Amino acid sequence: MTRYELVIGLEVHAQLATRTKLFCGCATDGFGETPNSRICPVCTAQPGTLPVLNEQAVALAYQAALALECRLNPVSIFARKNYFYPDLPKAYQISQYDKPFSEHGRLEIRVKDLPARSIGLTRIHLEEDAGKLLHEAAGLTLDGSLVDFNRAGIPLIEIVSEPELRSADEAYAYLTALKEVIQFVGASRCDMEKGEMRCDANVSVRPEGSDKFGTRAEIKNLNSFKNVKDAIEHEFRRQTELLEAGGRVIQETRLWNAETQATVAMRSKEDAHDYRYFPDPDLVPLTAAPERVAALKSALPELPAAKRARFVAALGLSAYDAEVLTGDKALSEFFETAATAAPAGAAKTVANLIATEFLGKLNAEGRGAGAAPFPAAHLGRLAGLVAGGTLSSKGAKDLFSRMWETGKDPRALVSELGLAQVSDDAQVREWVRQALAANPKAAADLKGGKQAAIGALVGAVMKLSQGKANPAVANKLIKEAVQA
Amino acid sequence: MSADWTSLSAARLADAVRKGETTAEEVVRAHLDRAQALEPSVKAFLSLPRERALERARAVDARRRAGAPLGALAGVPVAVKDNIMVRGEETTCASRILKGHVAAYDATVVERLNAADAVPLGKTNLDEFAMGSSTENSAFQKTTNPWDPACVPGGSSGGSAAAVAARMAPLALGSDTGGSIRQPAAFCGVVGLKPTYGLVSRYGLVAFASSLDQIGPFARTVGDAALALSVIGGHDPRDSTSARAAAPAPAPAPAPKDLKGLRVGLPREYFIAGLDPEVEKAARGAVEVLKGLGAEVREISLPHTKYAVSAYYIVAPSEASSNLARFDGIRYGFVDRSAKTLEEVYEFTRGAGFGPEVKRRVMLGTYALSSGYYDAYYAKAQRVRTLMARDFKEAFAGVDLIACPTTPTPPFRFGEKTDDPIAMYLSDVFTIPSNMAGNASVSLPCGLSSKGLPLGVQLIADAFQEPRLLAAAAAFEAARPFPVLKG
Repeated sequence: MTRYELVIGLEVHAQLATRTKLFCGCATDGFGETPNSRICPVCTAQPGTLPVLNEQAVALAYQAALALECRLNPVSIFARKNYFYPDLPKAYQISQYDKPFSEHGRLEIRVKDLPARSIGLTRIHLEEDAGKLLHEAAGLTLDGSLVDFNRAGIPLIEIVSEPELRSADEAYAYLTALKEVIQFVGASRCDMEKGEMRCDANVSVRPEGSDKFGTRAEIKNLNSFKNVKDAIEHEFRRQTELLEAGGRVIQETRLWNAETQATVAMRSKEDAHDYRYFPDPDLVPLTAAPERVAALKSALPELPAAKRARFVAALGLSAYDAEVLTGDKALSEFFETAATAAPAGAAKTVANLIATEFLGKLNAEGRGAGAAPFPAAHLGRLAGLVAGGTLSSKGAKDLFSRMWETGKDPRALVSELGLAQVSDDAQVREWVRQALAANPKAAADLKGGKQAAIGALVGAVMKLSQGKANPAVANKLIKEAVQA
Repeated sequence: MSADWTSLSAARLADAVRKGETTAEEVVRAHLDRAQALEPSVKAFLSLPRERALERARAVDARRRAGAPLGALAGVPVAVKDNIMVRGEETTCASRILKGHVAAYDATVVERLNAADAVPLGKTNLDEFAMGSSTENSAFQKTTNPWDPACVPGGSSGGSAAAVAARMAPLALGSDTGGSIRQPAAFCGVVGLKPTYGLVSRYGLVAFASSLDQIGPFARTVGDAALALSVIGGHDPRDSTSARAAAPAPAPAPAPKDLKGLRVGLPREYFIAGLDPEVEKAARGAVEVLKGLGAEVREISLPHTKYAVSAYYIVAPSEASSNLARFDGIRYGFVDRSAKTLEEVYEFTRGAGFGPEVKRRVMLGTYALSSGYYDAYYAKAQRVRTLMARDFKEAFAGVDLIACPTTPTPPFRFGEKTDDPIAMYLSDVFTIPSNMAGNASVSLPCGLSSKGLPLGVQLIADAFQEPRLLAAAAAFEAARPFPVLKG
């Protein structure tokens, strides 16, 4: 039986994180708001209105492209993509066609422990979003349809990859890496639930070793990374089974149905629109002035891959911790601020606190790192208290809970609650005396050489001290007392 | 003083209102009265909201009484072509598809008129969506030529030209995509200015062909046209194609006494067989006037002129096919309620909403932009356009202005060309090149035909050379005054 290989190219739309729409002054915060509450004569295409390009959108698009190692074209052209649909007010979408603003990028992806691969990006272009049709309202199916133009004119970038992805896992890794970079540069929030990041997949199969492409199907309606992965796996099965049965794949657009876990044909190539692209005469060519590009490039933040490498090399974190901490921009910023507030060498303690306490709480409450109830510097100080011996790890855990509840500075809480670890020999010796008296059997075992018995005695000291005794000091003093 | 306010210039009226010799209300009322008396035969206006115009005039008078300094067009009534948005007024583009559509905002030019204390008077008739050369393509009414009711006023801005010629308004706004200001100006014996592309904002002008459309004034004097341009011109951040470098448009100046040193070119491609002999004679007569003022006249060549009409009828319909796609029955305007499916909404609405000339051009443009035909049509037409612009650049290296007839024929009669679209398209053969190149041009009345109908001469200047163009036009006007239509 022939072995088949997947060939995948992805087209990703990301909503640029601008305050206003691409060609008018309407706000972009209309998701979930009253329909048609973010509209004006321009984005509803009243006769006589004209588009004016949002420069913030251009800056964000350029930054995304630079972070993705694209070449910025000195001149790019906005083109009209003409088709009729009720959610498209002008009956054309302003997009870019044969002269996009950027081309020839690269993105590094990693699948588990496999070596990293560099995936080519064909192009990135700027375009406006369409509105949204509503087929039901207040739970009722409508006789006709309603249209909401809050989304019409929202700025998007479309990022087109080369057909260089070879597995569903690679597609998943590509999307993860892409989202990470775009979020890091602040070009998009990439909130998929709000439709801020959308993906179409071009999928074909070919016999392993072949250098020719098979006929591709374009898969739409992929609204999560998992959907992308599942749909690709489904398409692989569908197309290989078709070929094995002597059939052939036809070029068509297919829709993913997450419920049935299958793709269904939507329209064939023959039914494809003729979009009659032509340069939009209402807009002038977009020029990328070298000084502007240089300024935007120098304003780019450190990207995730570079950050991970630095966390490992300069801060001594494990590769795993570095990965966790850079998975989200807000989290990486929280970590860095906390690490700066911690004493030198305590970055690893900060990372541990984040991994063991902080993420658990965030996830439990469905919050992002930016919405933590205390400032990052407080976590750094907590790590300092642990590193300096003021707090045991148990004490740190308790204090963390109090910080989460009160938002207070850990140093203030330590004195307020008397949580400081007690390392004073005289005090700890008194607890040891009581513990030995209360646990004669364990004391005798230890004296008889049974080292494991010390655990119970340290535990007793901790209990007597309400967790405040320094365990190392207790350990030392127990041994001294038994040997005396 | 009981002057006939309808025979004065806009400049003189504004002056009288500012000085308190009269009120804006009185001036506007005089024009409304005259318009109402003449409208049954001229039919220049699609809407003439008398009370709202008077209210606007009274607001100007109130500002004056409150001591506010009044603007350059204080109390001057201005007729506005019905493809330009005036907030609260119906804007139909003379199309059934926009019947009843009330503008939600003011066009930039209307804002500027208001800021100069002008009074928008009413909305004038046009060929549907500005597509035509006789105003016969209006879905609603036929405007007659005030000089002869059997003749068309020209088009597409026929209503604006007729309103100014018939002294219903001293000023009017039109739009010019291939001659739609200059050709009706010539037919109606008034001044019609097509400014340089980008000098006047297109925001609020319902687009026909975006890369060619330009708003400009009609007036009975060159000075008034210059005054209007100084009010409506200049950069507008809402129009991305609006020229940034454009200084505020020229202020009216006294006409130069002579044109010594001015070099005027006569393009040999415009003085050709087929040109009506009376039109040619009038144009050559106008050139003699320029010579008499001291201008040097020489023959020049604009070699790509012969491709102008063909290339224009690719570019303009292509853009129109896209610009007019928004009239889909979904958000505004006419919708055929019998439609059962989405497909039918589009088909019925556009089928019944658009007239035959609009449909013809939408189909032409859709075809020209189609995949597989784009390079042969649209891309090639744009290359021709580049060559035409180069023709002008080269010509303007040797001359300051170009002079030629505005139209190949005198005003024609109703129905004369309606069955022959190509003959109608050729009415714009001398005006289209200026749109294709994006430069500045003006039509000036220069004589009457043997039948007593107005004839026009066109002066063309390089882009943003309006001061030079209008100075020469003013000198010409002073040397060859044209009769104002009596009655």
